[in-house]
Order: sequence, then structure tokens, then C-alpha cells
Amino acid sequence: MPPHLGYGDLSYDVAHLLDTAALVLSFVLLYQRRLYALINAYAAQALVLAAAAAWQGVVRGGADLFVTALLTLVAKGVAIPLALHTIVRRLQMHRSVEVALGIFPSLILGVALVALAILVVLPVTRMSGTLTREDLALALSVVLLGLLMMITRRTALTQTIGFLSMENGLMLAAVGMTGMPLVMEFSSAFLVMLAFIVFGLFLFRIRERFDSLDVHHLDRVGGGVER
Amino acid sequence: MTAAGIVGAAVIAVPMLAAALLALLPDWRLAAWGNVLAALVAFLAAAAMPLLGLHPFFLLTDGLAEHLAVLTAFVGLTTAWYSRGYVAVEVDAGRLDAPRLRLYHATFQVLLGALLLALLAVNTGVTWVAMEAATIAAVLVVQLPRTADAIEASWKYFLLCGVGIALALFGTVVLYLAVEPSLGRGFPAMRWDALATAGAHSNGVLLNLAFVFLLLGYGTKAALAPLHTWMPDAHAEGPTPMSAVLSGSILNVALAIILRLRGVLAANAAAGAGAIDPGPPIMALGLASLLLAAFGLWRRRDVKRFFALSTIEQSGVAAYAFGLGGPFAVFAGLLHLTLHTLAKAAVFQCVGRAAQLRGGQKFADLGGLLAGHRRLALTLGLGVIAVAGLPPFGLFVSEFLIVSATILRAPLLALPLGIGLVVGTWALVARLQGLWLGEATPDRGPAPGLGMLAPVWLHLAIVLVLGLAMPLPLASWMRGIAAAVG
Repeated sequence: MPPHLGYGDLSYDVAHLLDTAALVLSFVLLYQRRLYALINAYAAQALVLAAAAAWQGVVRGGADLFVTALLTLVAKGVAIPLALHTIVRRLQMHRSVEVALGIFPSLILGVALVALAILVVLPVTRMSGTLTREDLALALSVVLLGLLMMITRRTALTQTIGFLSMENGLMLAAVGMTGMPLVMEFSSAFLVMLAFIVFGLFLFRIRERFDSLDVHHLDRVGGGVER
Repeated sequence: MTAAGIVGAAVIAVPMLAAALLALLPDWRLAAWGNVLAALVAFLAAAAMPLLGLHPFFLLTDGLAEHLAVLTAFVGLTTAWYSRGYVAVEVDAGRLDAPRLRLYHATFQVLLGALLLALLAVNTGVTWVAMEAATIAAVLVVQLPRTADAIEASWKYFLLCGVGIALALFGTVVLYLAVEPSLGRGFPAMRWDALATAGAHSNGVLLNLAFVFLLLGYGTKAALAPLHTWMPDAHAEGPTPMSAVLSGSILNVALAIILRLRGVLAANAAAGAGAIDPGPPIMALGLASLLLAAFGLWRRRDVKRFFALSTIEQSGVAAYAFGLGGPFAVFAGLLHLTLHTLAKAAVFQCVGRAAQLRGGQKFADLGGLLAGHRRLALTLGLGVIAVAGLPPFGLFVSEFLIVSATILRAPLLALPLGIGLVVGTWALVARLQGLWLGEATPDRGPAPGLGMLAPVWLHLAIVLVLGLAMPLPLASWMRGIAAAVG
């Protein structure tokens, strides 16, 4: 049986704090109206996830969790946000978020989804350790909010950030699961996919903008960066 | 290392190593032959496992996994052969060049290897990683022509299947949580073979939660409604051998996973441990896909999109049979899946060549094939008749069995099932008339030779023989699988 953890226990409290911070950042993503702020909020969420993975590594002493934390920190906290910034700048995209559903209704929906996640998960996981229960509920909330963002946003970039944030939720679930093997493998496999998605976004946006995939168009846009 | 170990490693490692080599090989003609050779080795290794009774300890070697692995590797082999001629035409037409073909041949082997790994992996997590790799490989192929439509299709594919893959991972994590108390912490709780027996002693409510996510997640990959919309686009764009023929096998892998989950939940529900009966949700998704696709077939103008929709229809039929459950229905579903894979691969191979011949893939471009290209038209026609589920081909038998099982177990569902099947068959036959007798357009490419059509005939011959007289060893082999998982 997993050790029973509860409020007042440091290892539990820190993990709980980090998981909740990730959920709060999901809401930040949901009400953001400017692209750069959106990307920064995603980076912040990834950093929180890295901290959560590292903390689990400290508590449970698994080397693979530290590797996961490091991968998350470098790739999702730094590299992907930088790539997204570059895409926005070089393709001169609109700096504001186009929404299919207004900010306020999507926030209301978001709260409803979190309530749903808690209602679904907490009774189901009565047998499991406390941390796993709440970790799963919070992670499911982050996943659902990511999905909501994909549905309620119009442009490819914001949909991609919704997907990326959803993946943060998945990793949050995997990291918090006591003794779950292959967490490092999952996170690295997903990173490959994220890298392809970001690159795909780049191609897709070029196509949308110029109706061609000729990268030479970028020279014109980027103000001679490539020359 | 034992013989079993060597053969087991070869099934997965040969395609993966071949991918690395083919990515570096500059001469595409040589790479096309290398592709065939690697697929041949993978097929021989996959076939050796059940035939010689080799069971490597690191692979999942139950009947279902081995059966689908042999099927996938066989389609991989014939497609690699077909692909040689196909890419030669594409290069001549200037649609593909040497660097893109390097990517093409490498991803061919990655996709084949990932599919085999997903089927044969013991660990639920490894299956997930392999499915993810297969998705990425398939996306890379769909975008290969770099046309606006291809980029759009691959983007749609990526986002939808990315969400599917993400949901499947969440399901995998929850599944681990559900069975961990009864199987023990760590790797033992992620073994497919242990899951089947642990079903009855697991946390049923958690199993439900895992099932919902896994069904939606892998259901996306099985092109079950409502998450099927990526598929017609993905099949229509990209080079036919991979985007249509080989990626069809992704559906089989996803359906096999759903079938295994069904067994786990059904055992739990039977023991009264809190799980729902998994049959109705799977049947509902299957029937919805069947009906949606059967009626949607009538509105398609693009031949590849048309047959992709027909694949969704047949995937729905197989999922429905698996949901119905019991050895009889699962046997019928498995037979249907097997025969459909062979017949649809044959059809896509013909369609791909016909589209090259006429320089377009709309029905309007492909009319009147019978007048100018009798051999191609007749082969395509036989393939369409096979896919439509008309006798004497084997899909008639499998559909008949599925309808019979329905009448026995859930008579009211026979009506929507029957309507879907009839409407789908009707659409296929109606379109075939146009392909054969419609107004002919001028040829813009070379006609296919005998070598290109040989794999198609091989596929159709197998489908025909299995329809007329199924060999006894094969029948008892498939009955055994159905009894084990049904």
C-alpha cells in the first residue's frame, strides 16, 4: 500500500501546491488575450510541471523523475516557448487571441469542467492514496481545460498551445502516480510529438499566409534575418 | 540467445534498423528494393512465430497479437513491392524527388516497425509509445507532397490524433492505477497478458474511467465516429502505398486494443466488481461509424476519400462485432477485420495506380476504365465487389456471420446494422459502374504492368479462398483466438 499522506505533511503539501499551481495556470491560459502572454503562461506551466516532477523525485527517489523534470524544464519550459515566440515574430502573426467562444463563457465552462473532473475522480479513487487521488483530479482538470482551449480558440497557434497544455496535464498525472514505470519514456516520446507539432505549426502557418511552402517567403517577412 | 529470441527481435528490430539505413541511402531505386527486403524479413519473422511455435519472452505472443502481426507484416510486404512501381511513376511525374523518397522509405519502415511493436508489446505503455510513433510516421507521409491540401490534411491528422493519443495515455495511466492493487506496483501492472486475468480483481470504477479514455483515444485511431474526420483527408493525400494501404493497419491495432480492454472490463463486470458492461459503448460507436459512413459514401467525389470512408464503415462493423462479444461474434469480427484489410489494400493499390494513370483522383477523372485498361478495371472491380461484401468473396461470409450473431443476441440491432451494410454495398456497386462504364478521360501516365497488379491478385485470391473454403487449421486458429479474448 502507498504511504497515506495528508495535509500537514511537507511532501504532500508541496506536491499539492505545485499541482494546484498548474491548474491555476491553465485558467491563466484560458483568459489570456495576447499571444506572447499566452506563450509565457504555457512556459510557466511547464516550469511548474518540471518542479512537480523533481519534487516527486526528491520524495520517492527515482532518477527517471529527475530526468523527466530536466527534459520538461529544457524542452517545454525554454525551447518550445522560444520557438513559438520566433514563429509569432517571423510570421508577423496577429498578437491577439481570436476566440470562437468569449473569454467569460469559456472561464465558466472551465470551472464546470474542473468540478466535473473532481466529481468523477475523487469518488472513484477512494481506495488509492490521497496524493494520487487529488493529483489525478487536478491533472484531469488540466487535460480538460487544454481540450476546452483547443475547441474554443480559432487559430492554429492557440490550438497548439491548448494541446501542449493538455500534455502538461497528462504528465502531471503520470508523475504523481506512485511507482508508475516508464514515465520518462512517456515524456520523451511525447516531446518528439510536440517538436513535430511545433514544426508542423510553422509549415502550416507559412502555407496559410502565403499559399505556398516556399521558405524563401520568410526572408521577406523576417526582415533579412536569413540573409 | 534462443531461436525464439532472435526471431522475436527481428520482427521489431529489422524494420527499425532498415529505417535508419534507408534514411541514409541516396539512391532511391536501391532504397525501394531495400524496403522490400526489410519487409520480407519482417514478414518471415512474424510468420515464423506462430508457425514454428516460437514465443520470445519479451513479446506478447498470444493468438490475437500474432495473427494481426502476420497480417500487418504481410500487407507491409506486398505494399513494399507495390510501392517500388508506384514511386517510380511519381518520380517520373516530378511529384517526388530523391530527398523526399529517403524520408518516404525510412518512414515506411518506421511505420511498419511501430505497428508490429504496438501489436506485440507486452507492456501497455510500450504499446502507447509505438502507437504514437506510428502516428508521427503517418503524418510525415501525409504531408510529403507538400501541397496545400496535403499540409492541411496532415495538420488535421496531427491535431485530432494527437488528442486521441493524449487521451489514450491518460487512460493508460488510470488503467495502471486500477489494476495496481491486484497485480503489484511497477511493470507487472502494465502487462497485457496479466490484465486479462486481473480484470475480475481490479477496481471496477477506475477501470470504467480508464476505459472511457482508452476507447475515445484509441477509437480515434480506429476511425470510430465521432472522431473519424481526420481519416478521409489523410488517406486521400500523400503517396498511396503508405497513406492509404499501410496506415489502414493502424485501425487494426487500435481495434485489437479495444478488444482486449473489452475482455478486462467484461471479466470485472461479470465478477460484480463495479465495471460497466463494455459491450454497448463499443457497439454504439461501431454502429454510428457504420451508418455515418454508409450514407456519407454517396456524397464523395474523390475516389480515395470514398474508399477511406468505406474503411470507416468496415472498421465500425468490426468494432460492433467486438462489442457484441462472445466467441462467435468475435470470430466473425476478427475474420471481417482480416479480410477487409486484405481486400481494401487491394482496392487502394488499384486506385493509386488508376489515379496515376489518369492524373487525378476524382470519380470524374477515373471513369470508363474498362474500355482502355481492361486488366486494371477488372482487378479494381473484383476488389470493390470484395469490399462491398458480395459473394463469392470472404467479406460476405464475415458480414453474414455478424448479422447472424446479432439476430441471436440483439435482434433489434439487426435493423440498423442491415441498413448500414446494404446502403454501403449499394454505394460501392453504384460507383463501380461509373468507374467501369463512365465517360473515359485521356491517360496522363503509364499503365500498370503485371508486376504491379500481382500483389492485388494475391490479396484477392486469399479473400476469395477464405470465402469459399476456409482451411481447417486457419479456422481452428481463429476460433482459438476468439475463444481466448471473446
